Amino acid sequence: MKPTDIGNPAYFHKVVDCQWACPAHTPVPEYIRLIAQGRYSDAYMINWESNVFPGVLGRTCDRPCEPACRRGRVEEENAEKPEPVAICRLKRVAADYKDDVSARMPKVPSKKNGKRIACVGAGPASLTVARDLAPLGYDITVFDGEKKAGGFIRSQIPKFRLPESVIDEECGYILDLGVNFVAGQHIDSLKDLLTQGFDAIFVGSGAPRGRDLDIPGRKEAAKNIHIGIDWLSSVSFGHIDKIGKRVIVLGGGNTAMDCCRSSRRLGGDDVKVVVRSGFDEMKASPWEKEDAMHEGIPILNFHVPKAFLHTDGKLSGMTFEVVKAEYDSKGRRSLVPSGQPDVTLECDDVLVAVGQENSFPWIERDVGLEFDKWGLPVVDQVTMQSTVKNVFFGGDAAFGPKNIIWAVAHGHEAAVSIDKFCQSEDVAVRPPPMVRMLSQKMGIHEWSYDNGVANDSRYKVPLKDINLALKNIKVEVELGFDPQLAWKEAQRCLNCDAQTVFADAKCIECDACVDICPMDCITFTLNGEEDELRKRLSAPATNKSQDLYVSGTLKTSRVMVKDEDMCLHCGLCAERCPTGAWDMQKYFMQTAKAGPACRPKNPTPARRAA
Amino acid sequence: MTYLTKPTLHHPTLVKNKAGYTRRDYEGKVSTLCAGCGHDSISAAFIQACWELDIQPHRVAKLSGIGCSSKTPDYFLGNSHGFNTVHGRMPSVLTGANLANRELIYLGVSGDGDSASIGIGQFAHVMRRGVNMTYIVENNGVYGLTKGQFSATADQGSKSKKGVANTDSPVDMVALALQLGATYVGRSFSGDKRQLVPLIKGALAHQGAAFLDVVSPCVAFNNHAGSTKSYDYVREHNEAVSRIDFITTRSEITVDYPEGEVVEVAQHDGSTLRLRKLHPEYDPTNRISAMNYIQEHHAKGEVVTGLLYVDPQPEDLHTHLNTAEMPFNRMGKKELCPGSAMLERINASLR
Repeated sequence: MKPTDIGNPAYFHKVVDCQWACPAHTPVPEYIRLIAQGRYSDAYMINWESNVFPGVLGRTCDRPCEPACRRGRVEEENAEKPEPVAICRLKRVAADYKDDVSARMPKVPSKKNGKRIACVGAGPASLTVARDLAPLGYDITVFDGEKKAGGFIRSQIPKFRLPESVIDEECGYILDLGVNFVAGQHIDSLKDLLTQGFDAIFVGSGAPRGRDLDIPGRKEAAKNIHIGIDWLSSVSFGHIDKIGKRVIVLGGGNTAMDCCRSSRRLGGDDVKVVVRSGFDEMKASPWEKEDAMHEGIPILNFHVPKAFLHTDGKLSGMTFEVVKAEYDSKGRRSLVPSGQPDVTLECDDVLVAVGQENSFPWIERDVGLEFDKWGLPVVDQVTMQSTVKNVFFGGDAAFGPKNIIWAVAHGHEAAVSIDKFCQSEDVAVRPPPMVRMLSQKMGIHEWSYDNGVANDSRYKVPLKDINLALKNIKVEVELGFDPQLAWKEAQRCLNCDAQTVFADAKCIECDACVDICPMDCITFTLNGEEDELRKRLSAPATNKSQDLYVSGTLKTSRVMVKDEDMCLHCGLCAERCPTGAWDMQKYFMQTAKAGPACRPKNPTPARRAA
Repeated sequence: MTYLTKPTLHHPTLVKNKAGYTRRDYEGKVSTLCAGCGHDSISAAFIQACWELDIQPHRVAKLSGIGCSSKTPDYFLGNSHGFNTVHGRMPSVLTGANLANRELIYLGVSGDGDSASIGIGQFAHVMRRGVNMTYIVENNGVYGLTKGQFSATADQGSKSKKGVANTDSPVDMVALALQLGATYVGRSFSGDKRQLVPLIKGALAHQGAAFLDVVSPCVAFNNHAGSTKSYDYVREHNEAVSRIDFITTRSEITVDYPEGEVVEVAQHDGSTLRLRKLHPEYDPTNRISAMNYIQEHHAKGEVVTGLLYVDPQPEDLHTHLNTAEMPFNRMGKKELCPGSAMLERINASLR
């Protein structure tokens, strides 16, 4: 293998599994350390820079970081139930215990730069664009059909998971940057908007249409059949405050989980979730399924809806066909009849949460904006630019329903593109991230981070008493970690951003690092091809998604090979190294945001003319 | 030195041996030696060897004297018996322990100061007597604890860290052990575990006096140009006479070696030492030719390593003295203190 190029920012970025997995690439270990130190405001601001809605995401994020977390891997065979660090709920701690951060918000220049940007929809993607561009002097106008900003954050997520005050606060930080928020104005023509003299338009209008289920009885029993997302927003805005005693929720995603838990609070005593697929293949996050079951809601899997039953125009129940999963030689799943008799379930109301679709009735098909065969706009995956050069997309509107953190990531990229576009630069040339590497050595055996490894298992977030929680739909279920619990949970973090950096020239091959490494990560051996090398290391390196760190050739013609997979970042290799060939260096990376730093110093005159 | 305890988390693929332990279970406290000390590698080699041999930790007794090397038993086999003796007096305490209980595996851990200077007399006699043990000298050629004066094993002409040449002749521990009757003699290098681990395994299984001289660089005081015990010097001048495999039960040779290149030495306990010769003319079962060979190469400035001599049919002190097989701790008061009548009889027999 060739020596690893640690000059490439992606190499060490990948080692920080959580940050690599996060669409917005939030520097997770950095803020977890700040939380452990009680520096909640600093931790909050690091989050705010990167993911814009720390308080919201600390309660609702889909947490792609957690399945990626190294802690879950190193606890295999070491703990009864290997679990990642509770990254998401630690984020909430920063939001809960921070001081007033309003003075730390960016200052808006009194003199605008003369460029006007329109954002369609006031959801997380649009608000991120506004947050990134307003401090640069752009004149931002955000349009939304609702009275308050937030989009799906406000309309879809039940208040028992996310209190309104958190939404108000975090949307407020952005609107306070001198953003013009035009409430209650639904944009119904892109053509019209294009004529209003905006330099760029950002579409963050979400995926606002819930899929329906066209099976017998749908029309006849329509009065008691509701589309999940519409029903949730009606509940959110207080238009609906009760539901029948027996409720069936169809669908296996997070929306279904929100529907069933909301039903439990609005009079549903007998609430069931019924899903076509198997329990394990459900789209809902495992913890959301757990939360639903904790509230006494059974989940019936492998049931395909067949018909709505009704008497005298009133819904009385549903029938389901019972299926089983079969896999073909390519591993593709199909649901085939199990041969068991159909199942009939009685109910008073049905909530249909079987998916969402994008809907762009307001975009005229003759404005030059191309759509693909699924009815989604053709949008560049990196620049977020559509086929109309000054129209950009982000969030669910761009590539279909995803989640808040993806919307934020799209917003950042779109803001960079819009900034470059407005300054007559090529949007396809993307700015590199900002990276700092700094030795953490304080003394012979002292590091500026807490390198001891805690053996604790994951701490559970305390919950409100279930009887009180089910009584009021506005009572938040999770109480959040208190500072003591947060500190304990933070100590489980392995500080994966404290990188093991190896200097070939200094190594005397004394084996001290090999002997001390608790995870057998380090091997000195003759070089070879990667696949073959992986097999003959101190411990086999079977996880190919994790890189091998290979040094240059050493004096004995061997190389140092480190398997990044299981490294605890305890720094013992560096402590036991007599020559300082190993060093622990903190890798701090922030994605490039819109602003002068993302633009080359000398834009080409040709582009300027264009 | 490290203040942090080594994390107990281990690699998920770590396997248990027949005794039910992982390699990590054979570790001891975290080392307080200087970073990069060769002694720590030797500790790691002991851990590996004991794990591979499925040794039950409580059946091992570690004895040591004074010095950097003699501290190391604290850093491996944390669940075994241990005894730190007076400086240079480990051999007599080990001999006594062995006489009292022959069922334990005895490890004598010593250094060049402890064995070649203050304890050279005791060293000579423990070898002469053929005590069943593994005696290891962690040999760095300097007194590390007192800041790097030459020890008795430092080569003539080798230079101190300040550049002063050593004028005294060195004590060659391997030559001494061979001459004094050790029945398993090897030399190795802390920086070569592929050689060291099988050598230790062979020594642990050997039922007689096994001696290992392990060159173990002192990173703080003897790892500079001009030293003959540095990582670089030993790597450049290392002449391994053979590659050794230690096999617990006799098994077929599966790889084809040319005639004369493999020597198999069947041991008393049924295990086998399989040596792949790197020096074709070397005969590891001939004590006299081994002594000559080592001296010739030493004169050329080479460090001869590997299994240098083995007697496949060793005898130990207990055989020589015809002692009782049962350890003292399992004998009753009657056997241990047979009374005045018996004493009278013994005295009478000597008159």
